[in-house]
Amino acid sequence: MSQVAQGKGRAGFVVGFLFAPIALYLTFVIWPYVQTFGYSFTNWSGQSPTFDFVGLDNYLELAKDEVFRGALWHNLLLLVFVPVITILLALFFAFMLNAGGRSGAGGVQGVRGSGFYKIVYFFPQVLSLAILAVLFGAVYRSDEGGLLNGFLIRLGLVDRMQPIEWLNEPDLVLWCLLLVVVWHGVGFYLVLFSAAMQSVPKDIYEAALLDGAGRAQTFFRVTLPLLWDSVQTSAVYLGIAAMDMFVLVSTMTSGQFGGGPDHHSEVMATVLMRNFLYFGKSGYACAMGVVLLVLTMVLSVITLRATRRERIEF
Amino acid sequence: MTTVVKAPGESAAERNGGSGRSGERGNGGSEGLVLHVFSHGFLAVWAVLIVLPLIWLALGSFKTDVQIGGSALSWPSNWHFDAFGRAWTKGIGSYFANTLIVMVFSVPLTMLFGSMAAYVLARYPFPGNRFIYYFFVSGAMFPVFLALVPLFFMVRRLDMLNTYQGLILVYVAYSMPFTVFFMHSFFRTLPTAVHEAAVIDGASDTRIFFQVMLPMARPGLISVGIFNILGQWNQYILPSVLMQPQTGGDPERFMLTQGLIQLQYQMGYETDLPVLFAGVTIAMIPMLVVYLSFQRQIQAGLTSATLK
Repeated sequence: MSQVAQGKGRAGFVVGFLFAPIALYLTFVIWPYVQTFGYSFTNWSGQSPTFDFVGLDNYLELAKDEVFRGALWHNLLLLVFVPVITILLALFFAFMLNAGGRSGAGGVQGVRGSGFYKIVYFFPQVLSLAILAVLFGAVYRSDEGGLLNGFLIRLGLVDRMQPIEWLNEPDLVLWCLLLVVVWHGVGFYLVLFSAAMQSVPKDIYEAALLDGAGRAQTFFRVTLPLLWDSVQTSAVYLGIAAMDMFVLVSTMTSGQFGGGPDHHSEVMATVLMRNFLYFGKSGYACAMGVVLLVLTMVLSVITLRATRRERIEF
Repeated sequence: MTTVVKAPGESAAERNGGSGRSGERGNGGSEGLVLHVFSHGFLAVWAVLIVLPLIWLALGSFKTDVQIGGSALSWPSNWHFDAFGRAWTKGIGSYFANTLIVMVFSVPLTMLFGSMAAYVLARYPFPGNRFIYYFFVSGAMFPVFLALVPLFFMVRRLDMLNTYQGLILVYVAYSMPFTVFFMHSFFRTLPTAVHEAAVIDGASDTRIFFQVMLPMARPGLISVGIFNILGQWNQYILPSVLMQPQTGGDPERFMLTQGLIQLQYQMGYETDLPVLFAGVTIAMIPMLVVYLSFQRQIQAGLTSATLK
């Protein structure tokens, strides 16, 4: 067989193997992504086959939309608090797991049963957000039957006659949702940080120990700088999750696609879905999609830039 | 800080050695002891915070509605199992079946297409190779909300709204970025010598892929497969847009995640919360089983996917 024929056969193989995956991906992922930009400049309702080009009208309307601006603000709040709280807790527990054991002759060591803890902590990660929504809906119940109120009443911190309506308190609802996200996420990042800690060569710690570094010093001067890459990646992932929040808000809070009470838990994704599926404003919803994308991108870049440090090789 | 997890016996022995010498080590030893108690305390508290709500919810399936509305801390008075049966017939059974039907096709298809694309991109240099790779991988960076509106109309134009095949294809497409990314790095690590040997033996490219490379990539396939199973099983946004009853009929093609939310509305209305709790417990069990059987692969896969 000549070289050319073999080359041709190979090209056929490459094309044959790539055809179906690319066709599917192009149809259902890339093309809709691209189309969103186009639709965002139209007044398309989604129902009628015709629509007009309206230029930047949707974006101008968005800028004036009180509900959307409130939602944006909530997303930004979550964007700061979700990553910070989750990463701090995960780092704390990962350090405890890996260095919380007694000092032995061989230096600091992990606690016993760290494998068990890792299995338990990771478990929320495999549950669907729908399950979390029902679970925490029950935990936050506004009567004594809710786990949280039940405990607080038993401890005497809350009056039995006036339990707290967690998800209906305008000032509390967003923080209640935030707790669910943190509860869900800590295990995942703990496993991640734990693995990163274990990949750090042991002799670095021994050297630090010989130089007389305490545990706190070891953590801040040795562990954290070496883990910085993973912390940074985690901040970006968590930021992206904080920009979404659709499932929890739409299922746990009051209102069409959630957001209640009185828009106090509204996030961009719920406003988008309401406009698309309930108000039939497809073009407007597309404009929100674009804003969501731009913000996600900008914030990822900022996070990566702002937390940039000199990379440490080991 | 030795981060190596030691066998219990070994670490116990070492601890004894350590405490015996604590005089020499001065305050290092006592600091260690305090920290030891302290860290176990915190770790245990968090473990309780994880497990307690789940157990509490599962216990709720055995209570009566009145009991659930009463004190949250009450123990089920009599163990009623019938809520499970009611949950199953109220729809959980068929939502469960719907999810299974979709996943029986979507997960193997995802793995097949994802591996095919990743394999070609990892091992066959051709013009545009890098471009196609980034084309696949970049999809992971965009929020799914960006695509939702046009996706809905795309699926409607193909007449596949509220059908299994529509959701299957969409699941496969949205699982591509992660699958291609992961399998690409996996195929690159496989030795070329085996490939060459197979070529000399006269095997075609297709045959090499299915009979040599794919079996060799099994550990990678298992890891990605589990992640795809978890991801597609737990998906909520895509089915809630694509699997709504279009003619106002029954939600007969709901996925399990949608079904649970549906059940939540329904049971809030009918005030039969034990059914809801039983439904959630039923939905949790398969994930718990998958997780506990594969937790090694999950944690290892997660680490290699995100740390490299």
